[in-house]
Amino acid sequence: MLTKRVIVCLDVRAGQVTKGVKFQGNIDLGDPVDFAARYDAQGADELVFYDITASAEKRGLFVDVVRRVAERIFIPFAVGGGIRSVENMREVLLAGAEKVSLNSPAVRDPALISAGARAFGSQCVVLGIDARRVDPTATIPSGYEVVIDGGRTPTGMDVVAWARQAEALGAGEICLNAIDTDGVRQGYELNITCRVAEAVRIPVIASGGGGRPEHLIDAVTKGKAEAALVASMVHYGDYTVADIKTAMAQSGVPIRH
Amino acid sequence: MIGILDVDLGNLRSVANAIEHAGHDAVLVHAGDPLDDLTHLILPGVGNFRAAMTRLEDRRLVQPLRDFAASGRPFLGICLGMQLLATSGDEGGSGPGLGLIPGHVRRFDEALVPTIPHVGWNGLTVLRKHPLLTKVKNGADVYFVHSYHLDPADPAEVIASCDAGQTFAAIVGRGNVVGCQFHPEKSMASGLRIIENFCEWDGTW
Repeated sequence: MLTKRVIVCLDVRAGQVTKGVKFQGNIDLGDPVDFAARYDAQGADELVFYDITASAEKRGLFVDVVRRVAERIFIPFAVGGGIRSVENMREVLLAGAEKVSLNSPAVRDPALISAGARAFGSQCVVLGIDARRVDPTATIPSGYEVVIDGGRTPTGMDVVAWARQAEALGAGEICLNAIDTDGVRQGYELNITCRVAEAVRIPVIASGGGGRPEHLIDAVTKGKAEAALVASMVHYGDYTVADIKTAMAQSGVPIRH
Repeated sequence: MIGILDVDLGNLRSVANAIEHAGHDAVLVHAGDPLDDLTHLILPGVGNFRAAMTRLEDRRLVQPLRDFAASGRPFLGICLGMQLLATSGDEGGSGPGLGLIPGHVRRFDEALVPTIPHVGWNGLTVLRKHPLLTKVKNGADVYFVHSYHLDPADPAEVIASCDAGQTFAAIVGRGNVVGCQFHPEKSMASGLRIIENFCEWDGTW
């Protein structure tokens, strides 16, 4: 039986795992390879690294991180942030990443999804969608709007419609990040997660809001997600991935042992 | 020396890393390179069946791969690489494969498999004893990502199966030719053990 996945998300800036702190910019937490090895040992099913490096010249540092992780870690991992072209995708896939995660650039140029799927296969292309709750309108009937540029730019697009379009273009998975619950650690946005999961056949990953193991259980049961993304709840030592998976197993969710 | 065929069909780096982790040397093999010095050959691959076969045909690799298989040396196909071993496949338009394992590659039945592609960790049901599975536990979880599966003509060539709502062949074998539908190079301890077993296999079964 296919198990539900716990995916650990790591932000990487200039070659270091980093975490944004309100009003203080970012603090560096350490070497991505060490983090990856720790979460691998704890039983993480997958990892995702987001390159939040601002400057283009530091891009090489990130590709080097991908290469070093692939030499040590034998579980799948995805890479996101700064991927705007098939050439960017090729670079990180050849360095050892399993998948790429596309977000804002795919909204600006949806053909990027089909080009990536044609070049490397749908299984390589994860579409990240940032969703914000709005009043339902004729163009946004679901009441969730796609936002881009880290939530700064509204698009006028409906989240469910965009998910369906991305599936048709060849996306292999959808990572649905709820902006309203992100970082609040009060649980995933189950309503839109479930609606997207019911609207497409490809796997949906719940993101944004995970704070306790129960939240992940809800995401893969009530939210109908195939996987859930965690970040701060494991980075700061509140829980280990093993704690989360034990709780999931106890509630009857199939997990990898 | 273990050869990994490089025809731009995906994540070769991880396969090479896994072989090196198992204590063996890997070399990337390109179209036109002689295969005589290789002891083992791996055909990795992600993407589309028909596009991949076209690429193998364009680079005149179909006959060299068949010759390698006929030489009796161990030959492993991973993911799409396993599917390419089949007689034929439907993805991207029906057409022939390498014809090393009699069988057909078809899409999962949407009525049985709730989410396609089948992505994630799923357990192996070991059906037959095989050198590839030495010290691998029955039920071991391994990492899959695929929408099509190889349906072998001879059920005796299914070494391990898996249940995605529909039961399918996770490992196939015919003499010195084997295929894994999952990614052993991304499947932690069990996967690394399978890679190591392959590297140490003499090709007899």
